[in-house]
Amino acid sequence: MEPINKVKGIVAPLDRANVDTDQIIPKQFLKRIERTGFGEFLFFDWRFNEDGTENPDFVLNHPRYKGAAILLAWDNFGGGSSREHAPWALKDYGFLAIIAPSFADIFYNNCIKNGMLPVTLPKDTVAKLFERAQEREGYELTVDLESQTIKDDEGWAVQFEIDPFKKTYLMEGLDDIYLTLQHEDKIRAYEESMG
Amino acid sequence: MSGTTMFEKLWNAQVVHQGPGKPALLYINRHLVHEVTSPQAFEGLRLTGRGVRRPELTFATIDHNVPTTDRSGPIKDPISKKQIETLRENCREFGIELFDLDSPHQGIVHVIGPELGITQPGVTLVCGDSHTSTHGAFGALAFGIGTSEVEHVLATQCLWQSRPKVFEIKVVGARHKGVTAKDIILSIIGRIGTAGATGTVIEYRGEAIESLSMEERMTICNMTIEAGGRAGMIVPDEKTFEYLKDKPRSPKGRGWDEAVERWKGLRTDDGAQFDKSVELDASDIAPQVSWGTNPGMVADITGAVPFTEEFDDPVERKSAERALEYMGLKPGTPIMEIKLDTVFIGSCTNARLEDLIAAAAVVKGRKAAPNIRVMVVPGSQLVKLQAEELGLDRVFKEAGFEWRESGCSMCLGMNPDILSPGERCASTSNRNFEGRQGKGGRTHLVSPIMAAAAAIEGRFVDIREWNLNDEIE
Ligand code: SF4
Repeated sequence: MEPINKVKGIVAPLDRANVDTDQIIPKQFLKRIERTGFGEFLFFDWRFNEDGTENPDFVLNHPRYKGAAILLAWDNFGGGSSREHAPWALKDYGFLAIIAPSFADIFYNNCIKNGMLPVTLPKDTVAKLFERAQEREGYELTVDLESQTIKDDEGWAVQFEIDPFKKTYLMEGLDDIYLTLQHEDKIRAYEESMG
Repeated sequence: MSGTTMFEKLWNAQVVHQGPGKPALLYINRHLVHEVTSPQAFEGLRLTGRGVRRPELTFATIDHNVPTTDRSGPIKDPISKKQIETLRENCREFGIELFDLDSPHQGIVHVIGPELGITQPGVTLVCGDSHTSTHGAFGALAFGIGTSEVEHVLATQCLWQSRPKVFEIKVVGARHKGVTAKDIILSIIGRIGTAGATGTVIEYRGEAIESLSMEERMTICNMTIEAGGRAGMIVPDEKTFEYLKDKPRSPKGRGWDEAVERWKGLRTDDGAQFDKSVELDASDIAPQVSWGTNPGMVADITGAVPFTEEFDDPVERKSAERALEYMGLKPGTPIMEIKLDTVFIGSCTNARLEDLIAAAAVVKGRKAAPNIRVMVVPGSQLVKLQAEELGLDRVFKEAGFEWRESGCSMCLGMNPDILSPGERCASTSNRNFEGRQGKGGRTHLVSPIMAAAAAIEGRFVDIREWNLNDEIE
């Protein structure tokens, strides 16, 4: 996995709570057997009309949010199905960081495994960011993992929390399986003790 | 002296390695695999030249994509077909046992695990599927994982996990007739919310839980994920052992006696501390019907669609407004006035034998309402066979219901079983998300007996008012 430290980019405000993975990537696109190419189906039922044209009301279709790298949303982002296709689709579309007041467990973990930054911030801070992203065209944030800060170009900054192990994992772009296989002797000893 | 929870005992016994302040490397005893979340994991193994460490601990089946009509011909959707064939090839190449379409054990992964005795107390069990929480009904630590983790388990038989908190949900009292395990879990989710258990493993306890059958306990644990929980667990007891005895993969002979002795030790000590606790009284619970687009949006059958002004939190109010718009419902509409186009009885939540027996008892001698489509999809081929031996298929067919082959079916509509835009469905499944059962489809979550009664009347009815026989306790 590619190491990740800094993400700078436009913030797209997705004004919804409880965005579940069925919305992020609907089931009809889960039949592919590759990890790639899911971006075009991201938020499919929200992004596109019945006839396949873009739904102009959906936030990602507003020209000012094209090319956004940071997604902003409300509580409990990524609930429901464990499908890793959800972070694959978000990343393939171009999102490298997601900011929300809370995330569902499996989704959060799946993001980390794919070198994406899920950032948890207090609800009132998220509310502020919503205001700015909606009001100021081209509003950008920089997420800096090493210093655990988020800042904008106008001098506003805030700290965020992340589990130190997950931080190292992301910054070094570790290969999980390789890491585990370093403990082969312990795994074998455990298996022997089980009989 | 404070005691220890069942969860802690199980967890501690599984730790292979743990550095200070780091996640634990947990040993995984059972791994279940299906066609949708596994192809990229096997591909990852191939790309890195890694093998499967313990192929005998992984079991595969095909459930999400399969047609539930006649299966003798080839699968029509070419992409589904490719995904299914990919799983077959992967199982062959890596030496994994597959319960394929022609197997008497094919079925929804969370139905067949317990049926085969693969699910056992005290084990860690994972699957690339969020409803893996189902297996916790046996006192297993069972949770859903992503595809990267599927690959990790295949390669190492271990997973890195941070220790979750333990959440006690105690259900006291006795439930009324017509109130099922589904109503208990829906009312729990309604109360704590869809993120109420995030970061925790729930231990369900109290006399209302102990009194449940194994299949009912599975319904409860199944929907733990709908409350945001990592896993749900119930202490194994005589019912658990009774259920598992003589299952194909259960221990046999002396091994069985030893296993039961071991399993008996897996209980939460008196005085053990939980990180969080909630208590409910089962006698307060009424049959539940979901009105919105997440499983926390539920009402009593005697209630009404809420007015959005009732929600104080602006984000929640907005969610409720959107949900009502999507669902095509007006605030204040009595739940019993909601008319239906379709009824789906199926899924890993409610398509086991007892569910079908209870639904059939409601249906017997009655007919489906005119113009309503009703689909009954057994959770596994074994459930189907057992139901047919009891003549349940005839009861359903005589009422005008469709009797299908096993699979996930309209629970998520990856196969041809889907709702059309605007179609309104009473469903015994677990998710009422937008588009879950088909784009624009409107899902109301209910118990099997509530679904069966709704199919007869063409709208929701209070099952408690029906003169039910003893089969529907
Ligand atoms: S029945 Fe539904 S919830 Fe259960 S495994 Fe299948 S798709 Fe998932």
